[in-house]
Amino acid sequence: MELRNMTAAGLAAKIKAKEVTVAEAAQEVLDCIEEKESLYHCYVTVDKEAVLKKAEEIQQKIDCGELDGLLAGVPVAVKDNLCTEGMRTTCSSKILENFVPTYSAEAVRNLEKAGMLVIGKTNMDEFAMGSTTETSAFGVTRNPWDVERVPGGSSGGSAAAVAAEECFAALGSDTGGSIRQPASFCGVVGMKPTYGTVSRYGLIAYGSSLDQIGPITKDVTDCAALLEVIASHDEKDSTSVRREDTDFTSALTEDVRGMKIGIPRDYFGDGLDAEVKEAVRRAAGVLEEKGAVVEEFDLSLVEYAIPAYYTIAAAEASSNLERFDGIKYGYRTAEYEGLHNMYKKSRSEGFGAEVKRRIMLGSFVLSSGYYDAYYLKALKVKALIKKAFDDAFAKYDILLGPVAPTTAPKLGESLADPIKMYLGDIYTISVNLAGLPAISLPCGKDTKGMPIGLQLIGDCFQEKTLIRAAYTYEKAGKEHGYKDGKTI
Amino acid sequence: MGMANIISDETIEYVGILAKLELSGEEKEAAKKDMGRMLDYIDQLGELDTEGVEPMSHVFSVQNVFREDVVTNGDMREEILKNAPGEKDGMFMVPRTFE
Repeated sequence: MELRNMTAAGLAAKIKAKEVTVAEAAQEVLDCIEEKESLYHCYVTVDKEAVLKKAEEIQQKIDCGELDGLLAGVPVAVKDNLCTEGMRTTCSSKILENFVPTYSAEAVRNLEKAGMLVIGKTNMDEFAMGSTTETSAFGVTRNPWDVERVPGGSSGGSAAAVAAEECFAALGSDTGGSIRQPASFCGVVGMKPTYGTVSRYGLIAYGSSLDQIGPITKDVTDCAALLEVIASHDEKDSTSVRREDTDFTSALTEDVRGMKIGIPRDYFGDGLDAEVKEAVRRAAGVLEEKGAVVEEFDLSLVEYAIPAYYTIAAAEASSNLERFDGIKYGYRTAEYEGLHNMYKKSRSEGFGAEVKRRIMLGSFVLSSGYYDAYYLKALKVKALIKKAFDDAFAKYDILLGPVAPTTAPKLGESLADPIKMYLGDIYTISVNLAGLPAISLPCGKDTKGMPIGLQLIGDCFQEKTLIRAAYTYEKAGKEHGYKDGKTI
Repeated sequence: MGMANIISDETIEYVGILAKLELSGEEKEAAKKDMGRMLDYIDQLGELDTEGVEPMSHVFSVQNVFREDVVTNGDMREEILKNAPGEKDGMFMVPRTFE
């Protein structure tokens, strides 16, 4: 087996056994990037020299026994909305084109503490607003399965980098499906943990009540291991949850006997591609054969999640993005008259169209006269959606459905009609509104050869149940994902 | 009732002030159309009876979290100022704010 085909956990074992050095692993990834980056454009920034230097440092610490974590020595990519000390962090926006953070996000620190090697920063939709990675100010990322198609978004660079073997694993962030949907489109595994499980300190905020950082990996084992690395309680994030059950790799067992799985009928209605539907149904059948009890039910309120989500996310975005004012960091317009004109011109020239669209909408729904009718109404609907999930989890251990209504669309097909694009988030966004954990994993390909994703949704703090079910499916299913190492 | 009709030029002007965005004439027209469509779409939330439902801002019943206000980072003035578009004598340089 070639080095690049290994999983993150497989590579870590080889490094531990002294069969591979960290420098060799790093060089392999840099070679892959050199070969494939002109095709796919997964990264915004890669710092080769720093990577090779750090590889030596990590090797020394592994050799003297200071580092013996699950994934020590493994090269990992980080979405470009996570601050990395001394390494440019852009959010794929012109407004942060030259921003170099003076500190690292807590999730990135956790990677480093575990001895993982940050390779670079991956491309994304500008400020994580989008489903295709086409709103990046630095050019599109292409899907490694078909370069004419999008990798999904907003963590499209991370998902494509894992699929293309330009890293062994990656971090993404998920506000409305931004980890799960690109993972699905690129044939890899992605997980959005329970809200509060991974510290958001140093994650450049989009919708703070919805944002959560999570792993994008080649398989379920890597997903559990990487989640175990990044999950931690953090005083610097007031919404961080103290959990004692973050030994996620202990859930890597093949056993779903008696597990109650609910399939929301509402997830199989109009708009769902027939091939996606069939693949997801087949996946449910595999889990049933393995002893799970599968049943259909009505979740309700599914169609209301999208308007509620876009109201809340836009409101929070308009507030969070106020900080980009051309004073302390970021882009400043060349010519201006006075302070306010400078703010307005800097922001108008620095932000892209989709970001401006959401800031405008958010400012409107929070403005006096409309606050109750829109923003508060959306928060009430969020409460109803949460209640619908509570009722579902009173009956079922996990829920099963598709990740997205279709496989990856062609480049240039999505942005012209925003509402149509937002409808593509229908199966992922209610998970963020309710703070739930959910995993996306490959469950086949369509006739165009594009990967199809299976989504498993758990109750709050039930990541281990999800991992157990996903691992069982992965072991049983003949269908695999990611492009270069494994085939279906 | 659709909301599209309430998005007037004045509304777009006002929201532009709140959002601190200066839109070109073309962008304003696009924003009017976009926002109108989006609000029409969001209006379907009105179909749901939310009488007596508490607005949920956070999924868990979190309380404010306090910690001692202790400085843990060192002096990073130079590194921080490197990111500033305007800098003078160790300070952020801003346009004149008082005449």
